[in-house]
Order: sequence, then structure tokens, then C-alpha cells
Amino acid sequence: MGLRTPLFDTHVAAGARTVDFGGWDMPVNYGSQIEEHHAVRRDAGMFDVSHMCVVDLRGDRVRDYLRRLLANDVAKLTQPGKALYSCMLRDDGGVIDDLIVYYMDDRWYRMVVNAGTRDKDLEWLRQQAGGYGVAVEPRLDLAMIAVQGPNARQKAAGVMDPALADRALQLGQFFGVEAGGLFIARTGYTGEDGWEIMLPAGRAAQFWQQLRDAGIVPCGLGARDTLRLEAGMNLYGNDMDETTSPLESGLGWTVAWEPQDRDFIGRAALAAQKANANTRKFVGLLVEERAVLRSHQKVIVPAVGEGEVTSGTFSPTLQRSIGLARVPAQTADRCEVEIRGKLVHARVVRPPFVRNGKATVAL
Amino acid sequence: MSNVPADLRYLKSHEWARLEADGTLTIGISDHAQQALGDLVFVEAPEPGRRVTAGEACAVVESVKAASDVYSPVSGEVVAGNADLGGQPELINSDPYGAGWIMRVRPDDKAQFAAMLDAKAYAAALAAETH
Repeated sequence: MGLRTPLFDTHVAAGARTVDFGGWDMPVNYGSQIEEHHAVRRDAGMFDVSHMCVVDLRGDRVRDYLRRLLANDVAKLTQPGKALYSCMLRDDGGVIDDLIVYYMDDRWYRMVVNAGTRDKDLEWLRQQAGGYGVAVEPRLDLAMIAVQGPNARQKAAGVMDPALADRALQLGQFFGVEAGGLFIARTGYTGEDGWEIMLPAGRAAQFWQQLRDAGIVPCGLGARDTLRLEAGMNLYGNDMDETTSPLESGLGWTVAWEPQDRDFIGRAALAAQKANANTRKFVGLLVEERAVLRSHQKVIVPAVGEGEVTSGTFSPTLQRSIGLARVPAQTADRCEVEIRGKLVHARVVRPPFVRNGKATVAL
Repeated sequence: MSNVPADLRYLKSHEWARLEADGTLTIGISDHAQQALGDLVFVEAPEPGRRVTAGEACAVVESVKAASDVYSPVSGEVVAGNADLGGQPELINSDPYGAGWIMRVRPDDKAQFAAMLDAKAYAAALAAETH
């Protein structure tokens, strides 16, 4: 038996099929993954993401600590509640984890890290914290529910305290607010508008039911994966890990090179990679044939070299097979993928594939 | 719980077969298999006229989650593949024992059909698998 979120019994009672994900027993779908996917693209869906770990970081020098620890720069965060996406790197540039960090106040930042990496992340956070006097507190008392889709915020607001709902509806993209024991952020992992809501574990089941009664469709990790892949968002462990850098994982945009004197962990290794014209690149793939891309399939770029599919799926929105892949730097706009012993043509495209319900690549 | 019709025969690898009046076998995947795979997105059924051997992978069903081979329970000749699955692979999810059939095979030797699991034995195999 794996770890269980406060909503586990709720999922089972709703007929969810569960799978192991990073040591957690999580719902993969409640019936049809494709219908759940469409619910998020067209209306409103919700995910139990309580397996993800919220970590509060507090101390007088917490900002200096995070500017050393993260490849993105928390100095960009000047307004309370503002969020930043970043990788946390090893000295050699390998990705320990990708995460979101919220600036709460000058002595307090809140971080959300992946479920499967929780233990090593906490160990790393604590190991680096010593010199800065930063307290690292995992918030295992919090559950987290993501409501996503064009109508998700309006539907969820209807079951919240009106004053809180007003504040939440005013949030800009990538901002969060804490009030009434809830932390609500306008973030997500689907390519749609929505909120991620942290709340005390004991209130999760009742809140989930209220959201459901408001017409928000429960969705499993299956739909979460097809949605994030359409949105061109990376999954830790598939698309990047400790053996790959952000520059080889389509995450160069999250590395803050300025100011030049900010000495974040992994900087020297990344700078060397950046200067190397042969550093592999990370691309989207679109297949026209009837075959589905899957992680670890071999990519062949004729006369150039080989690469690998890191994530692949059938896109319910595009009705095509899509994927993310790490390929040689010289790869142009075509490649082949070895799928079940056959070579299949694929087009190299720039993710995302879908945003806000609409295709963002030519089909 | 998944549906295991009493009048069909099964393989442990989750194929079912029905003996038709003309002596051919209609073959598909079980309700349990379609549930485990999730939403089907592609099906590759064999061409009529193809010779297959018992235990040979001769069709592929691919879902949002994974691709899976479909094995022929008997040796014989393929007489039909279900063309409807090309445009509607989800028929396997909605009606695995009916409109979601995958192929029809004329067996060389009906004893291979008789040797398949009956519904009771297949249900027992499923119970053992999930415990």
C-alpha cells in the first residue's frame, strides 16, 4: 500500500482506478480519461494534487538562500503572493527538481515540490539552509486541489466565502493569496486558466464535494498528463532529471543569467553547456501516422544523429500523437521515431501544442 | 467488477473468442482488458487472408496509456478484421464483446478453441491477478 492523500477514500467511492505515482496511491481516472481531459479544455475539471509537497521557508536571509539555491531568481518577485517557476540544480547542472516558489513576505517563501522527489528535496533544502539560518518546514497538514478550465474559477468561487472569492477572482496570472485558512493561486499544469488551492487536510473532502456539486468534474492523473503534455509542460523524471540540465530540457527560459554575479548552484556547469554548440535541444514532435509516441522511443535524425522521446501521448484535443524529445542540436524540422519496430515520420515543432483550448501548432 | 460472459472462451492474456455458426471464431479483448488499458485510440487489426499461429501477436490495441498486443488463441486464417475500429477505436471500451470485436479467424483445429479457459476459469484468473 502506498501513501494516501486525505481524498483517497473519496476517490475510491467515486469509482476511481488508482495507480502508484511516486509512492502514492492516486486516481488515474474515474471512467474515461479522454472525457476528463475534454472537461478541463472545455469547462472545468479538478485534480487532487495533495501528494505534492508544500514547504515553507522562513528566515531573515531566506531570499539570499533562494538566490543561491534556484536557477531562476527570486529577486524578480517583488509583490507579495507572486510565484516563480524554477529548477533546483546540482553543481553539475543536473535537475534535482522543478518547483514553484511564492514570495509571501520578506521572511517567508512558500515552495511546492514534486511528490516523488520530496525526501531528497527536503534533504537538499536542509543541507543548503544551514549557512543562512533558514527553517525548512514541510506542510504535511495541507491538502491541495487544482481546479482548471475556462469555467473553473467561476464555478469554484461559487462555493467559497464571498469575500475570499472576490479576492481570488482578482488574482493575476501566477499570483496567490492566503486568507481564511486557504491559499489560492492562479497557477496550474494544464494550459488552462484556474486555481491551485491549498487547504487544511481535514477540510479537503467536504470542499471537494462542494466543488463537485458546483459542476467541476473530478479528473485523474491520466488526464493531467495529456493536458500538461499538450500544454508543453515538462514532467520531472520523464523530461528532465539529475542527468540532464534545464538547457537540454526546454527550460532555458527559467534560468536567470542576470545579474552576472549571482552565483546560483549549477551556474558554472550551465555556462559551459550554453557555450557548447552541440548541447542537445528539446523539441515537440507531431506524428501524422496512426502510432502513439511514448517515452524512451528512439528518435532518428537522418545524417545528424539520434535522440529520445521523453514524453509522448495521444492528444485528445488535436486527435494526433504528440511528444517531447531530446534531440541533437542540428535537428531541423523533420525526424523519424522508432515505434514498435517501425520508423514513423514526425514533424519537429515548438511546444506548446494547445493553450486555452486552442491548437498552437499547425496540424 | 468486470463483465465475463458465460458463453465465451478466454485466454489468460485477456482475449475472448466466440465460436460462430459458420465455424469461424470472433476474437476480441475482455472487459477487464479494456478497463485496464483505458480509452483506446488506435487499433491495428490483421488483414483478411493472413495466416496466424496460436499464441502469435496479430493485432495491436493502443490506448492513451499503452500499446498492447492481441494474441490469436488458435492457428488458422484471418477471414476479417473489424474495419469500424479504424474510425471508432472506442467501440472496444463501450462494447468489448459486441461491436468492439477485433478479428475473425477460421481455425485449423477446433480443439485449440476447446482448450481455452471457460468463463469460470477466466474469472478465477482475474481474481488471482488482482489479489
